[in-house]
Amino acid sequence: MNAILNGIAHIGAAVLNALGLVGELAIFAGTGMFAIIRPPYYPRMIGRALMEIGYFSLPVVSLTALFTGMVLALQSYTGFSRFNAESAIASVVILSVTRELGPVLAGLMVSGRAGAAMAAELGTMRVTDQIDALSTLSTEPMQYLVAPRLIAGMIAMPLLVAIADILGVMGGFLVAWLKLGFNPHTYLVSSFTHLRTDDVVSGLIKAAVFGFIIALMGCFNGYRSKGGAQGVGAATTSAVVSASILILAVDYILTQLLFTK
Amino acid sequence: MSIPKIRVRNLKKYFGTKKVLDGVDLDVAPGTSLVVIGGSGSGKSVLIKSILGLVTPDSGVIEIDGVDVLSAPRAQARALREQIGMLFQNGALFDSLPVWENVAFGLLAEKKIARRSARAKAIEVLAQVGLADNVADLSPSELSGGMQKRVALARAIASEPAIMFFDEPTTGLDPIMGAVIDELIVDCVKRLGSTSIAITHDMASAVRIGDTAAMLYDGKITWTGPAAELLTTTNPLVDQFTHGRSEGPIKMALRR
Repeated sequence: MNAILNGIAHIGAAVLNALGLVGELAIFAGTGMFAIIRPPYYPRMIGRALMEIGYFSLPVVSLTALFTGMVLALQSYTGFSRFNAESAIASVVILSVTRELGPVLAGLMVSGRAGAAMAAELGTMRVTDQIDALSTLSTEPMQYLVAPRLIAGMIAMPLLVAIADILGVMGGFLVAWLKLGFNPHTYLVSSFTHLRTDDVVSGLIKAAVFGFIIALMGCFNGYRSKGGAQGVGAATTSAVVSASILILAVDYILTQLLFTK
Repeated sequence: MSIPKIRVRNLKKYFGTKKVLDGVDLDVAPGTSLVVIGGSGSGKSVLIKSILGLVTPDSGVIEIDGVDVLSAPRAQARALREQIGMLFQNGALFDSLPVWENVAFGLLAEKKIARRSARAKAIEVLAQVGLADNVADLSPSELSGGMQKRVALARAIASEPAIMFFDEPTTGLDPIMGAVIDELIVDCVKRLGSTSIAITHDMASAVRIGDTAAMLYDGKITWTGPAAELLTTTNPLVDQFTHGRSEGPIKMALRR
């Protein structure tokens, strides 16, 4: 009987912990969003975060998009050639990349690179009292550290995804032309015939939301880290894992909201 | 009788079931230096972090200039706490900024002065703690421990605070560098006419920088007196602590 009660108590404690964490995250996100609109503003910090999230993530996002587009063209050809639908490859590649693969893969890559870096930097600042030091120097840490990263995430990700879209489509185009023997002109015409503005815009909206999620989870986990190097390591892992899961979950919700026939 | 610059009454703080501060009472007169001693984990850092507003106490009163910062409107409490400069135990210098920007950080944030003027002021303050202007553009990681402590001290005094807190100012330094930092602290506090609280394990440092001293034990202030009497008092807790004896009431308390 005691074993059953202990088991229920453990489950209850885990549920309460999880709810507490969700509450903490919600308060952190709310405070962060309020910090975005409330002065003072720190343009230098926004610029620095833009470089970290955007510019330095460009190589990894570009390569991911390029190879994904190439693989997508090859795999689509394998499937579509079995029922003589090869002509649909161009549309499939461009729609998949702009609506789905561009934002999601860029989000996962940026989460692994910039999200982890944010958590590690803020975590180190937390365990070495640098965040407390900011407070003693008339600077609100949420405004100085978190708000610029949230803003930069929402700006940098759509820009990265726009580039990823172009490179992904280009990857598919190169494979279709050079490997599968498609006529380049016909492929390009076919690509853009079925592409609509909302295909691209929905991907960019997703990208902005994913950018917010990456920055939020990086800052949240770093900000509350404790216990020295081990705590910073745990915060970094948690930032990447939680951002990746949230990106995939929110992707479904956004796809449902932005769904068009 | 003048109002204490800092007055703490019945301050309590628990972390879960762990009692850290259990009714701390403390007065610091204007222009004087108080040294708080106590064992590791006795709540010294929690005490000064509570005054700074970095930790929210469970109950009690913290007055600065006669105003309770725990019940005062947020803006007023913030303004009162802005007169506090803090030297953190490990310096807590910002790795991503050069030395001069670390020193001028508060000036740029509070007084909104131009970066060029802030740099000039930072170099002036660095000179006051014995550092040449050629360190201004270095990164904190390029400095020795003693130099980092001086930069941290320069950052704490740059905006000429009326109140200064020092958290283990000599920890990790050799005895000579420790004495140098103590002299700088005494010099800065006297020159600025500041009120200060220092927490330390280093008895030589406590005697050098303190006018008065208090011992924090078991969540309460168990002794107060002149800092010069730290090594001669007959209070058994202070006597055992300052002389580092393994036998005595503190050990008995740990066994219990």
